[in-house]
Amino acid sequence: MYSSIQKTEMSLIEICFHGRGGQGAVTAANLLAFAALKSGNNGVQAFPFFGAERRGAPVKAFARIDNKEVFLRSEITHPDIVVILDTGIMDIIDVTKGVKKKGIILLNTSRQPHDFSFPCQVATVDATSIALDNNILVGGTPVVNTSMVGALVSLLDNVNLASLEQAIHDRFKGKQAENNILAVRQANKEVMT
Amino acid sequence: MIVIDTGNNIAALAAKMARPKVIAAYPITPQTKVVERIAEFVEKGELDTEYIHVESEHSAMTACIAASATGVRTFTATASHGLLLMHEMLHWAGLSRLPVVMVNVNRSIGPGWNIWSDLNDSLSQRDTGWIQFYASSNQEIFDNVIQAYKIAENEEIFLPAMVSYDGFILSHTSMPLDVPDQSKIDAFLPAFKPGWTLDVEHPITHGNIVSPKPYMDIRYSMEKAMKKAQKIIQEVGEEWGKKFGRPYGLVQEYRCDDADYVFVTMAALAAEAKVAVDNLRDKGEKAGLINLRTVRPFPYSQLKYDNMIVIDRDISPGLGGIIYHEMKKLNYTMYSFIAGIGGVDVSYKDIERMYQLAQDDKEGWYPLEVK
Repeated sequence: MYSSIQKTEMSLIEICFHGRGGQGAVTAANLLAFAALKSGNNGVQAFPFFGAERRGAPVKAFARIDNKEVFLRSEITHPDIVVILDTGIMDIIDVTKGVKKKGIILLNTSRQPHDFSFPCQVATVDATSIALDNNILVGGTPVVNTSMVGALVSLLDNVNLASLEQAIHDRFKGKQAENNILAVRQANKEVMT
Repeated sequence: MIVIDTGNNIAALAAKMARPKVIAAYPITPQTKVVERIAEFVEKGELDTEYIHVESEHSAMTACIAASATGVRTFTATASHGLLLMHEMLHWAGLSRLPVVMVNVNRSIGPGWNIWSDLNDSLSQRDTGWIQFYASSNQEIFDNVIQAYKIAENEEIFLPAMVSYDGFILSHTSMPLDVPDQSKIDAFLPAFKPGWTLDVEHPITHGNIVSPKPYMDIRYSMEKAMKKAQKIIQEVGEEWGKKFGRPYGLVQEYRCDDADYVFVTMAALAAEAKVAVDNLRDKGEKAGLINLRTVRPFPYSQLKYDNMIVIDRDISPGLGGIIYHEMKKLNYTMYSFIAGIGGVDVSYKDIERMYQLAQDDKEGWYPLEVK
């Protein structure tokens, strides 16, 4: 079991999300930032890769979490955590680029962490199955972003699940919010490290 | 209340809370989410305003000018080429002394077609008589928009005001900020009292033919108002500080007191430079930073340090960095870096590198040509 990233005085955590247009990578970054703020981190940021994305194309989104105001405005080149919403991306993008040695790559897959050899720590969660279990579909396709953030939160000491649920309530309504909260709880428990 | 949202949504929220009575906007590229968000407010009945969809940015500014001339508060938003298309009417708003307030999202000018941050769009409007504010965080976007109304509508000023912020780097980035209650904004920013109005009951003509001498008087009066604005911007910024805990002036100084070298920059680059200054200080270098909040009026009186390292995300071809050259009349040693053009990423490491280069008496296009 890998230890979670520890919250320290100099606790800036930089996170990169890889997915495809339409999978909700940007929403994932925003949900995380909201949850991190509600968990008491004064410095949070979420931003998309500054490009012209479209549905199906590779998409990147970023988040920063710190206990004090974040003044950085530059891109994230050395992430602490990389979240892969779609492992197919790994055929075309080097997702390990710049990742810190003690960093974590969190993958959406039914496979185990030891099935992957990366120059950093690995965690996995079967977010696609979790999205299907909880009926989180858009146009018949499972949407994994909330499940991935649910799993991610279990790897962070400074963001709690209750804040993420609050973020989901803020973003979604009714049955959609309920389903996403169930997915987030399930992913949070089922993440493998 | 602490909220978290993108720069565009925050600009729209600030505009809403200022209670403009007329908003005119062209909703197509290069427009931003700002006017889409405002349309949602109007549709939900959260904002009582006349929202006019016009056929171009030129018309958006014309509509704001006409509405402002009837004595109501106005707002519009644009970016890059949209701002350039307004150019003629920006002069018109300035010379009419109408306090139209606008946000501009700084984006590069094409070709090549580029949607990333670059300050040339708004800096090339610097002679139009608009007060120009720049923001380096989403909090500053909010605070600047509200203050811009109070400053522009001051009876000693009556000039239009533009609040600019970096495309993507602020416009699409979610950051937390404190949004005061509407009642406190209302108390800070009372209803607009126009200097003159078009009124069918009391007909006047405005903008008619003017012979040379009175025209020169109009220009002279505008220049005096712009100079006076330095004092009003300071006063309004202090009042904001007393009421909301975040004081503002013409510039923000950071660790300048004993500094050997002082960065001078603006917008998002100024936030990143703060990180560079802290890192340099940790290494024993006496670095400081001046973040230019206003470019018109230009805050000459605040720039009083030797060894100023000016970083321009803009260029006047054949002259050089615009801000550097605006500052050249000051009698201090200065170094000029052109960086981040067309949205090229500039990190604190790059800014620390510029500090070292300046110490070696080097300057130029970073990193293309430094000597």
